[in-house]
Amino acid sequence: MQTLKETKPKKHKETAIRISGAEAIIHCLLAEDVDLIYGYPGGAIMPVYDELYKFQDKLHHVLTRHEQGATHAAQGYARVTGKVGVAIATSGPGATNLVTGLADAQIDSTPMICITGQVPRHLLGSDAFQETDIIGISTPVTKWNYQITKASEIPEIMARAFFIAKSGRPGPVLIDITKNAQFEEFDFSYSRCIAVRSYKPNPKPQIDKIEAAAELINSAKKPFIVFGHGTILAQAEDELRQLVEKAGIPAAWTILGLSAMDTDHPLNVGMVGMHGNYGPNILTNECDVLIAIGMRFDDRVTGNLETYAKQAKVIHFEIDPAEIDKNVQADVAILGNAKESLELLLPLIKENKHEAWLSEFKKCYEEEYEAVIKNDLYPTKPGLTMGEVIEEINKASENKAVIVTDVGQHQMIACRYAKFKQSKSNITSGGLGTMGFALPAAIGAKMGAMDREVVAIIGDGGFQMTIQELATIFQNKTPVKIVVLNNGHLGMVRQWQELFFERRYASTVMTNPDFIKIAEGYHIEAKRVDERKELKPAVEAMMASNEPFFLEVTVENEDNVFPMIPSGASVSDIRLK
Amino acid sequence: MEKKWFTISVYSENNVGLLNRISGIFLKRHINVESLNVSKSEIEHVSKFTIVVNTTEDWTRKIVAQIEKQIEVIKAYYHTDEETIYQESALFKIASHLLFDEPEIQNIISQHKSKIVTVSREYFVLAKTGRRHEIDEMHDDLEPYGIMQFVRSGRITVTKSEMPITSIINEFYQS
Repeated sequence: MQTLKETKPKKHKETAIRISGAEAIIHCLLAEDVDLIYGYPGGAIMPVYDELYKFQDKLHHVLTRHEQGATHAAQGYARVTGKVGVAIATSGPGATNLVTGLADAQIDSTPMICITGQVPRHLLGSDAFQETDIIGISTPVTKWNYQITKASEIPEIMARAFFIAKSGRPGPVLIDITKNAQFEEFDFSYSRCIAVRSYKPNPKPQIDKIEAAAELINSAKKPFIVFGHGTILAQAEDELRQLVEKAGIPAAWTILGLSAMDTDHPLNVGMVGMHGNYGPNILTNECDVLIAIGMRFDDRVTGNLETYAKQAKVIHFEIDPAEIDKNVQADVAILGNAKESLELLLPLIKENKHEAWLSEFKKCYEEEYEAVIKNDLYPTKPGLTMGEVIEEINKASENKAVIVTDVGQHQMIACRYAKFKQSKSNITSGGLGTMGFALPAAIGAKMGAMDREVVAIIGDGGFQMTIQELATIFQNKTPVKIVVLNNGHLGMVRQWQELFFERRYASTVMTNPDFIKIAEGYHIEAKRVDERKELKPAVEAMMASNEPFFLEVTVENEDNVFPMIPSGASVSDIRLK
Repeated sequence: MEKKWFTISVYSENNVGLLNRISGIFLKRHINVESLNVSKSEIEHVSKFTIVVNTTEDWTRKIVAQIEKQIEVIKAYYHTDEETIYQESALFKIASHLLFDEPEIQNIISQHKSKIVTVSREYFVLAKTGRRHEIDEMHDDLEPYGIMQFVRSGRITVTKSEMPITSIINEFYQS
C-alpha cells in the first residue's frame, strides 16, 4: 500500500536507532503522543511488556482485569479526549477478548488501536499454543487491520494505523505482531503518515450542494435538525449552535449526539428515537425540511423507514459516503466533515425565527411532561425511580459531569434526563449496545479528563458483566463515581417481555449479591440508598468525595421507560404509556 | 425493485486479507457471489476484483459503497451486462478414444469454435471462451458422450465506459 509520510522532521525521526521491534512499538506510541494505554499481558506480547516496564515514566500502562475492559477503557478515553485510545493484549484468548470492544468502537466510530501479540512467524497456521487468527476474526469489526511479521514493518504500519484510526470517520484498527518481530532488531526511524493512496478520508463539501441546502433551509417553514456523533467527531458544536440560532431551527440529538449542544438551550428540543422525546419523534413526520448532521439514520432513530419523514426534504451532512442514501434517501447530500460543511453553509443562511413551529415542540413537551417526565423526575409513589437519581446527579454536579452509561433502561433514562453544558460528556455504547461497557469506559473517561467528575450509571445486570474492573479502579485509585441502579431485573428485556411477550419473564429476574460488600472488598467507599430521603445526601456525599465511590440505589422493580416507539412502528406512533 | 445481473469491478492495493474483507460485505447482507475473479489490472501493483451478483440495483449500489469504504480499495464500480464486454473460460477433459469412436465430437469442437489444448493417450482437453450460455451449450452437447472433468472460470469484464483509475492515483501523488 502506498502512503505519504510527514516531511517535517519530528524529534523522534531525526536519526535511525538500532532497537528491537518491541521497543520500536513504544517509540511509535510516544511519537503519536500516546502517554496512556490499557492492557493485559501474556506470552506472545511479553517483549512489549518488558519495554513498557523500561518506559513506564513516559508511557503509563493500566492493567485492567479483562481485555474487554481494556478496550472499553480505551474507548472511554478516546470519546472524552477525541484522541486515539490504545489497548494491548496477548495472542489467542487475549486477542479474542478484544472483539466486543472492537465491534463497539467500529459501530460508534471511536478511534482506537488494539495491539495484539501473535505466535512467532514460523508457527503461524500450526495451531500453536494461544494461536488464533485474530486478523480473520477482527476483519468485520475493524476499520483496518494488519499482521506484522517482521520488525522493519513496524514504523510504517503503526503510523498508518494511527492515521486510519483517527481520520475521516474514525474507527478501530487492530495490529497483530508476531513474537519474532518483537525480538528482531532493526534500524528504527519514524514519520507520521499523512495519506494513504487508496483512502480518501476527507471529502471536500461541494459548493453547489451547500447552496442547495441553504436554499431549502431558507425557504423552510418547519425545518428540523437532528444532530449525531459526527458533530462531536468533527468538533462542529459551535457551528451547529450558530446554525440553530441564526435560522431559529429546533434541534434534536441522537443518543451519540447528546452533549454536542447545551441541553438547556431553548432550541434544543430533546432526543429522537425509540425512547426519545415525544415532540422530536412525532414532529419528524411533520417537518418540511429535515437536516441531518453527522448521523446515520439508525433503525432505533427512524423506526419504520416506510413512514419516516416522507413529507420532508432531507438534507444529509455526512462524512462517510456509504451512509448517504443507505437508510434514508437524501434530497441534498453534503459529503464532508460537518465542521467544514457548516462553515460554508452559515454565511448563506438567512436569519429567521420559527416561533409557531417551535411552540409545537413545546406543546408536545408539556404533554410528555404530564404523562411521563413528572412521574419520572418527581415521583409521588414510594419506590425510587431512575429518573430522580439522574436529576439528583444533575443538581449535585451542576450539569458539568461526564456521564458514562451502560446499556438498558438506566441508559435510556440517563440519556433522556442527564443535563450537559459541555461536549464529549455523554459516553455510552449506542450502536452495539454493549452491556458491561460503562464501568471500564468510565475508567478511561476519568483518566482522559482528570479535572472533571465522571459518573458511571449502570444497571445491576451490566455491572456484573465487567464488575472485575473495580480492581482496576482500586489499584489506580481512579476517582470515578459508580452508580448502580438496581431493579433486580434485566430491566429493558423485562419491559419488552411485559409489553410484547405477555409478561413471560424468561431469565430476566436477577438474584443479586451484596454489591456494597463487593465494592468494600475492593476498598471502595460504598453506600446503598433504599429510600427517597437518603438519596440527596448520598449523591451529595458521592460528588463531594475525591476518591472512587460506589452508590447503589434500589429502584422500582418493574418501572418502564416511556415514551416508546414499538419495534418496527413509525416515529409518529410513539407511545406515552 | 427487480433483481438483475451486475458486475462489480474493484480496483485495490494488492493486499493479503482484502478478499476476506470484501467477501464479508456480501456475507453480511446474505448475498451470494455468483462469480469471482481476481487478477492484476492495467496498472502496476493494482489488483482487480470482478464480482458478479444477481440482486437489485439498490443493494448493488450499497454494497459497492461498502466495498469502496475499505481502506485498500482505490475505487469500485458496478455495471449491467449491457454496459460491459464480458467472457468466461472453460476447460473440458474428455476420453481420447471418443475422438475416434464418436465422429460427432469433432463437429462439436468446430461448431463451438473451441480449441484442443492438449492430447494424450487417455484424454484430451478442450478450451472454450465465451459467454456463460455459450459454454453451457457446449457442455450440453458434450455431456452425452461423457465429460471426465469440467471447470469454468469467473467472469472477466472490461467496461464500455472509462474507469479512470490512473487519474485517481495521480491525484494522490499530486496532493
